[in-house]
Amino acid sequence: MKDFDKTEWALVIAFPVLLALMVLLPRWLVNYVQISMGMGLVALAVMIQMRAGLVSFGQGLYFCVGGYAAGMADKFLGISDIFLILILAVAASLVLSGVLGLLLRRYREIFFAMLTLAVSMILFSLLSSSHGLGSTDGFNLPQASYLGWTPTGETGTAALYVLTALLTLTSAALIHRFLRGPVGKIVEAIRENELRVEYLGTSAHASVHATYMIAAVISSIGGVLWAMSLGHVTPEMANWTTSGQFVFIVILAGTGNVIAPLVGTFVLEVLRVYAVEVSPNTWQMILGIVMLLTIVFLPKGLWSLLERASKRSLPHEHAQEQSQ
Amino acid sequence: MFTTVAIILDGFGFAAWLFLSSVGLTLIYGVMRILNISHGGFYALGAYSAAWAIGLYTQTGNTIALTYLIIPVAAIVVGILTGLLVERGLLRFMYGHEEVLMVLVTYAVFLILEDVTKLIWGTESYVAYQPAFWLGTVDVAGIPYTIYKFLIIGIAVAVGAGLYWGLNHTRVGKLLLVVIHDREVSAALGINVTLFFTVTFVIGTTLGALGGALTAPEISVVPGIGAEVIVMAFAVIVIGGMGSIGGAMIGAVIVGFARAMSVHLYPPVEMFSIYLVMAVVLAVRPYGLFALAEGRKI
Amino acid sequence: MTHSTLSRISSHWLAATLALAVAPAAMAQEEKTFKLGVVSFLSGGASGPFGVPSRNAAELLADAINNGTVPAPYDSVGFAGTLIEPVFVDEASKNVVADYQRLVQKDEVDAIVGYNSSGSCVAIAPEVEKLETLTVMTACGTSQIFEEIVTEPHYLFRAASHATMDNVAAARYVVEHTPAAVDKLGEIAGINQNYSWGLDSWRDFSASIQVLKNDVGIANEQFPKIFAGQYGAEISALLTARADVVHSSFWGGDLEALVIQGAGRGLFGRTQMVLTSSDTAIHRLGRQIPDGTIIGARGSYNIYAPDSELNSWFRQAYFDRYGVYPVHPAYQMVNAMLGMKAAADKAGEGTEEAIIANLKGLSFDTPGGIVDMALAGGHQAITGTSYGTYKFDKDTGLGTVENIVSFKAECINPPAGLTSQEWIKTGFEGADCD
Repeated sequence: MKDFDKTEWALVIAFPVLLALMVLLPRWLVNYVQISMGMGLVALAVMIQMRAGLVSFGQGLYFCVGGYAAGMADKFLGISDIFLILILAVAASLVLSGVLGLLLRRYREIFFAMLTLAVSMILFSLLSSSHGLGSTDGFNLPQASYLGWTPTGETGTAALYVLTALLTLTSAALIHRFLRGPVGKIVEAIRENELRVEYLGTSAHASVHATYMIAAVISSIGGVLWAMSLGHVTPEMANWTTSGQFVFIVILAGTGNVIAPLVGTFVLEVLRVYAVEVSPNTWQMILGIVMLLTIVFLPKGLWSLLERASKRSLPHEHAQEQSQ
Repeated sequence: MFTTVAIILDGFGFAAWLFLSSVGLTLIYGVMRILNISHGGFYALGAYSAAWAIGLYTQTGNTIALTYLIIPVAAIVVGILTGLLVERGLLRFMYGHEEVLMVLVTYAVFLILEDVTKLIWGTESYVAYQPAFWLGTVDVAGIPYTIYKFLIIGIAVAVGAGLYWGLNHTRVGKLLLVVIHDREVSAALGINVTLFFTVTFVIGTTLGALGGALTAPEISVVPGIGAEVIVMAFAVIVIGGMGSIGGAMIGAVIVGFARAMSVHLYPPVEMFSIYLVMAVVLAVRPYGLFALAEGRKI
Repeated sequence: MTHSTLSRISSHWLAATLALAVAPAAMAQEEKTFKLGVVSFLSGGASGPFGVPSRNAAELLADAINNGTVPAPYDSVGFAGTLIEPVFVDEASKNVVADYQRLVQKDEVDAIVGYNSSGSCVAIAPEVEKLETLTVMTACGTSQIFEEIVTEPHYLFRAASHATMDNVAAARYVVEHTPAAVDKLGEIAGINQNYSWGLDSWRDFSASIQVLKNDVGIANEQFPKIFAGQYGAEISALLTARADVVHSSFWGGDLEALVIQGAGRGLFGRTQMVLTSSDTAIHRLGRQIPDGTIIGARGSYNIYAPDSELNSWFRQAYFDRYGVYPVHPAYQMVNAMLGMKAAADKAGEGTEEAIIANLKGLSFDTPGGIVDMALAGGHQAITGTSYGTYKFDKDTGLGTVENIVSFKAECINPPAGLTSQEWIKTGFEGADCD
C-alpha cells in the first residue's frame, strides 16, 4: 500500500464512507447510491475510452450483456450465485468484445461512435422482438446468493450493497492503475496523435483493442450489479438513449479522474430526481439548463471544480507535483 | 411484380423522408463540425408549427391549396427564429470546444426544445392531414399511392439539387466549400467564417424544420417525434459520409430500400435493418461512402 | 463573476441538494391526509394519449372526492373522511424501480396508483410486495403480473383487465358479429408495434381467431418499430396481401398516423380494420376514420361507457376542466381511485390497511360499469368490454359507434386458476357469454 497515490487512498477511504452512508442516509437515497455505482462503472468504461479519443455511443451493449447474463443464468441455468453470474458476464463480454474489437479498433471519432451504436442497437432490436426473453417487458431477477448463502429482506439488500461498493471501488482502483500504466499512457497518446504513436513502434490498434475489452468487462460488471439491485432487466439497457446518458455523464463529470464518473452518475441521478419533483412536466428542461450552465462555467466537467479547490487549499503540494 | 414495384416506390418514398430529415444535419456537420442533436428539436418544432398553422387555416374553410404554402413558410419562420436564437445566443460562445462537448451542448438544447414545444403546444396530438389527402391518390400496379408522397419525393430531389447547385455554382457556395475543407486557411484568406457559420446554421435548422413540416400532414404530431428522427438521421449521414450532401442522398436511398425490402420480403428484420446497413457499410467503407478527404496531421 | 465565487456557489448548491435529500420529507401536518402517488407518462410519445389523460383524471377525481361532489354512492368526502393529497410523477424514467422506492420511502405516500406501460408494471410488481405499500395499477397490457411474477399478492392490485381481453373480444366480435367479414374470412393480417404490447396483442388475436374459426390463414404480419411514424411500405404490403381482416393494436400517435396513411390509400376500404385501442383517436381524427372500422376502447369506456349518472357526471366534469372528453386511460384511473374509495368507505376508515383488506375481491361501480376484483385472489380486476363499428355523424360533427356488442367479463377473461395463454388454447374453456 506504500505506492498508493491520492486517488487510490481516496478509493480506500470511500469504502467505509459508503458503508456509513448506507446506515446514515434514508433508504431510498441509498438505492440511488447503489444503482449509481452500477451505472457509474459503465460511465467509467466510457471514460477510459474517451481518454483515447473514442466516444462509445453503444456502451449499453455490455451493460445489457451483464444484465441479461444475470437474468438468463437464473432463468435457464438456475444460477443465482452472484460470483458465478459475474464470471459468466465477464466471460460473455470478453468473448464479444474480443471479436467486435477486431473490427472496431480500426475506427475513430464519429465512426467509432456510430458503429458501437449500430452494434448495440442490433442487440436491442433482437431482444425487443424475442418473446422467450419477455420482449421489451424484460423479466425479473432472483435474490442474489453468495456461495450458498441466500440472505433476504434487509440483509439481502445490505449484502448486495456492500458487494457493489467493494467491486466498484476495486474496479475503479484497477482502472486507475491501468490508466497510469503503459497501455494507459499509449491510449492518451493515441488521442493526441495516433500517427506518432505508430512511429514510436507501438501498435495503436492493439492498445485500443485492449482498452475496448477492459471497458466491456467493467460495463458488464456494472450491468450485473445494476440489474441485481433493481431486480429487473429490459432491452432498454442496450438502447442508444441509455448509452448516450453514460456519455453525457462523463462529459459532465470530466475525464480527469476515475472517481469523477462515479460521482457524476450519482449527481446527475439526484438532479433528475429533484427536477422531476420540482416540475414533473418540464424536468427535461431543467436538466438541459443545468447541463448548459455546467459546460459554460466548467468546460472540463464537475471534477475540475474539485481540482481547482485543491489547488487553492494546497498550493505547496501542487507546486511540488509540477516540479516533478 | 406487385412486390418489386412496391419496393421501388416505398423505398424512394421512405428515402425522400430520410433525406429531408437528415440533410440539414450533414450540412451543419460539414461546415461547423458540430454533430447537432438539437436537429431533432427543430424537426419537431417545424412539424408542430406547420400542423398548428394548417389546423387554424383549415378551420376558416378556405381552399386547401394554400396549405402547401403554409408548410414552407412555417419551416422558414421556425428555422430563422430558432436558428438565430440558438447560434447567436448560445453556440457562438462555445466554438473552439472539443467536438464531443459540442454534442453535449446540442443535446442540452434538444432537451430544452422538447419541453418548450410541450409548453407551447401541450401533449395532445396535432393532425393536419388535409394537404396529404387533397391531392388524392394514383394507382401504380394496382396499389394506390398518395400523390403527396410523390410531391415529397420531388421536393427531396429539388432540395438536393438546389443545395448541390448552390454549393458548386454560386460564389457563396464555393466559399462555403473552402470553409468546409479548411477552416483555418479560409479564415486566413479573409473569409468571414463567423458569418458563414451563422448562415449555415440557420439554413440547417430551416431544413430540419422543413423535414418536420413536410412530414406533419402524414403523421400525428406528438411529443417525442424529434427524438425518433435523430438516430435515423445520424445513420443516414454516416452511411453516406459525414458532411456530404450527395452522401446523404445515397445514404437515404440505401436505408429506404433496405427498409422497404425487409417490410415486403422479411418483416422481422425491419426493426434493425437500418443498423445492419450501417454496420455493413462502415465495415466495408470505414468513413462512409462519400467521405471528404482529410489531411494527415503529423 | 470570478471563479472562486462560482465554485462556492456550485458547492453550496451541491450541499443544499444533499441537505434537501436527507431532510425528512413529510413536514408536520395539521391534519392527516392520504398521500397518493400518481404515476403516469408526462413526457414522450405516451404522454398525450395515455399519461396526461390519466393524470388529469386523477387530479379531477381527487378534488371531487375531497369536495364530496362525486355522485352516489361516492358522494361522501374523502377516503372515508380522509382527504387525498396527490403527488404526480413521470413514468418516463430509466430507473422506474428506484423512483418507486423513492415515492414510498422519501415522499412517504400511503398508496400509489398508475403505471401504463407493461415494462414498468413487470419491473415494480415484485418491489411492491417487498416495500409493502398499497399499489393499484391502472393499465398495463401484460397478463404476466399475477400469472407469473407476483402469484401471492397482498399489496398489489390491478383495477383493469389485461390485454388478452381486448383481443379475445375483438376476435369474437369479428367472428360472431361481423357477418360481412366472416362469410369470406379466409385470411387475416396484422400490423403491430415491435414490442411486448404489439407482439402479445397479435399473438392473442390470431390465436383466438383460429380457435373460433377453423382454417383461417395468416396473410401478412408487420411489426414496425414503435414511434416509427412512416408506414408507407407496411401499408403497401398489407394492400398486396389482401387479407379479409387486418388487426392493429397501435395506439396514440402511431395509430393516428396509420389511420391517416392507411385511409388515404384505401386500405380501410379494401379490408375490415380492427383497431383494439383506438378510442383516443376519435376526437382528433373525426371524419378521417372510415366508417365501418372496428373500434376498441380497452373496456366499456369513453364511447362505450354506460348511460349512468356517474358516467355523465365524469364526462361533463372532465370536459369542463380540460376541454376534451375523457378517453380510456382516464376511465382506468377512475376505476383505481373509486375502487380505493369504495374500499375505504366500506371499512369506515381511510387507511392503507383498511383499503387493502376491503378492496380484495370487491365489486364496485364506475363510470365504465362494474369492476369486479375477481382474479388472483381478489387482486386482479375483470371488466366487460365492448366493440362496435365507427360511424361519423355529419350533423353533430362527432365520431360515434354503432353495432355495439358488449361482452360480459366472464366471456372474455380467463377463469381464476388458468393463465390467459392456456385458456385460449383450451378453446376458452368455461367462458360464460350468455
